[in-house]
Amino acid sequence: MLKREELQKRTITEDGQLMLRKADRDQVETVWDRYEAQQPHCGFCELGLSCRNCIMGPCRIDPFGEGPQQGVCGADTDIIVARNFGRMIAAGAAAHSDHGRDLVEVLRQVGEGKAPGYEIRSEEKLRLLATEFGVRVDGRDAQEIAVDLANEFEEEFGTRKKGLTMAFRAPEKRRALWEKLKIMPRGIDRETSEMMHRTHMGVDNDWQSILLHGLRNALSDGWGGSMIATEVSDILFGIPQPVQSQVNMGVLKEDQVNIVLHGHNPIVSEMIVQAAQDDDIVSLARTNGCKGINLAGLCCTGNEVLMRRGIPIAGNHLMTELALITGAVEMMLVDYQCIMPALGSVAACYHTKMISTSDKAQFPKMEHHEFTPGNARELARKLVKEAVENFKRRIPGKMNIPVEPVNMMSGFSIEAILSALGGTPQPLIDAITGGKIRGAVGVVGCNNPRIRHDYGHVTLTKELISKDILVVDTGCAAIAHAKAGLKVPEAAKEAGPGLQEVCGALGIPPVLHMGSCVDNVRILVLAAALANALDKDISDLPMAASAPEWYSEKAVSIACYAVASGITTVLGPAPPILGSKNVVKLATEGLEKAVGATFAVEPDPEKAAALINSHIEKKRAGLGLDSRSD
Amino acid sequence: MKNQPRIFVYPDRCLGCHSCELACALAHSKTKSLAAAIYEKPKPQRRLFVETGHEFRTPIHCRQCEDPPCVRACPSGALFVDPSTLLVHYREQRCISCFMCAMACPFGVIRSDTENRFIVKCDYCPELDTPACVTACPSRALRFETEAEYERGRRQLVSRLYWDQ
Repeated sequence: MLKREELQKRTITEDGQLMLRKADRDQVETVWDRYEAQQPHCGFCELGLSCRNCIMGPCRIDPFGEGPQQGVCGADTDIIVARNFGRMIAAGAAAHSDHGRDLVEVLRQVGEGKAPGYEIRSEEKLRLLATEFGVRVDGRDAQEIAVDLANEFEEEFGTRKKGLTMAFRAPEKRRALWEKLKIMPRGIDRETSEMMHRTHMGVDNDWQSILLHGLRNALSDGWGGSMIATEVSDILFGIPQPVQSQVNMGVLKEDQVNIVLHGHNPIVSEMIVQAAQDDDIVSLARTNGCKGINLAGLCCTGNEVLMRRGIPIAGNHLMTELALITGAVEMMLVDYQCIMPALGSVAACYHTKMISTSDKAQFPKMEHHEFTPGNARELARKLVKEAVENFKRRIPGKMNIPVEPVNMMSGFSIEAILSALGGTPQPLIDAITGGKIRGAVGVVGCNNPRIRHDYGHVTLTKELISKDILVVDTGCAAIAHAKAGLKVPEAAKEAGPGLQEVCGALGIPPVLHMGSCVDNVRILVLAAALANALDKDISDLPMAASAPEWYSEKAVSIACYAVASGITTVLGPAPPILGSKNVVKLATEGLEKAVGATFAVEPDPEKAAALINSHIEKKRAGLGLDSRSD
Repeated sequence: MKNQPRIFVYPDRCLGCHSCELACALAHSKTKSLAAAIYEKPKPQRRLFVETGHEFRTPIHCRQCEDPPCVRACPSGALFVDPSTLLVHYREQRCISCFMCAMACPFGVIRSDTENRFIVKCDYCPELDTPACVTACPSRALRFETEAEYERGRRQLVSRLYWDQ
């Protein structure tokens, strides 16, 4: 049996520890067990020194200098590390951007009247974007505009442009810098495709050139694919507004049908939300002996429906198996990304039905029901009914909902933040220039069993707000902060006096939830708006980003577009580049000269907070604002 | 002493990944952290080598012979068998760098130190419960077990072969 210390070493969360104990009792293997079984990890791969790009190899470089220093093709340490890192960026950018493309397809079909159940929820945003993309809006109805705008978005994915349309949201100085470095993203798919080409054997063998293209590839995600995903989600499902909700395993309900929504794309989950409110299905639930239908989110699909609908969220990445281990989940629906292929096996120990919904994401031991814009409404109804029927198969002896939920506030889109500020960013700028708020930091990213679950996020964020630094967050980091009680206005008491005062005046928490991981672009757009208002570049602003527990290729792409946009980014775990001194030096020092921001690696969140704090004070000094040195 | 485990090699399980070599050098580094150790000067050196044989790839390292040719060849007493552990130990202070040991070793695992004119050899990682190479092997081609355990494992394999026929 797992000892208490072992449980505490795995996660700081009470519900996590209790469910890990239950997992142990139920003899269910979790991500932590598999992580331990993988130890020690391969050193070559950790350092980025193994190459599998062709079968003259696979090759490895001996980091201790005794064995080979070149692959069969002649690629040295720097080339191999840069190629591997480039491919990580490409995979991350592809994931976000393909998510965006799926939303564009729904937008088109809504315009064509082929997507029953979906609608244009924010015509205002539709018209704004249409204007930005040069689509005629006067005298036309939303559906017509939607089709033309979908066309324009599809063009962004192609190769016919010199620069992505939304990259023009960046400050002029930033764009000039991208042009100078030749990293202005030209087409979303083009940059990813070109990265795969460049990293093929015998193409780009200048490590710096590969990495520069890596930045362009990441920018095609940040100012392209992800940005389209966020904007189209807002058009189709509404612009998030501040909303009260709850978080942790306690959001599952003993006397209700629990349906859990997991993944990233809100296309399926939004239809489930509708179906779960249909009167006939709710009364079916009642006749089945339960009080109602309870929806709960996980990961970023959870963030999407939390931001827009206030649907409570059960946990983040490392809690996905533990949610099933409650034995209280009638059905889990997954779309794609970050869905552990182990989930089906975990669910098999309980009564939970597992449903995969995307043609591009299928999983072992799950039932596959393919959603399309055309069938989504009806299929959602059918599946929710099945979940209701499944309630009677629940095994009471195997059920344990471990804790009471924690209250939280969500829904801080840029539009919501601006309206909280009274319609203009000026009060925020005043608070920053006046020094009440020292700066802002995006604490974002995943969970990773390398790092004690939620410890990195929560420790860093508490430190930052205590230093009067406003934290905006997305993704799994946001869920960690919410569980720790940092997303209620009362949490302002943990902030420094300046931030406390601002939060008190506006009635907001010191940690603002801006959405899912594609919604990191909301932070980019906010940063661009602030820079434009001050007539500065993003890299001049007292801001930073951090991913204290990141694990995925998507996180690599996000970190790269943040840095390329001028936001210095502190990573918890090191990316697999440490094998090359040159690449490390470029990432941590050389980029400062090129893009005005760098990467840093600091696994200890307290030290990371100190690092970020001194970075912010340095930027304040650069703007001629008062600067603390400690 | 017979009960003390030693490193056994299962060549049919070796995938040739070189993880043992990396772990060996790391275990003999100053910092013990991979990211830092690769930039140490002098560079940490490994004590075992993955070689490609006729059909197999296999790690080769000091067998800690009971009647070691290297010890017999050593004229200065730098190499000796520790009576409590039965391991072949090396004292650099006594070494005259004659390389008689390297010539005498049938396995070629007494190697020259890249930093000086002395030698480097496997020490079974005295600070660790299990030698680093064994822990690092992802396919269990290296195991730290007693002779009795190894022999029994072999017999069980053979007995299973009988049953299968």
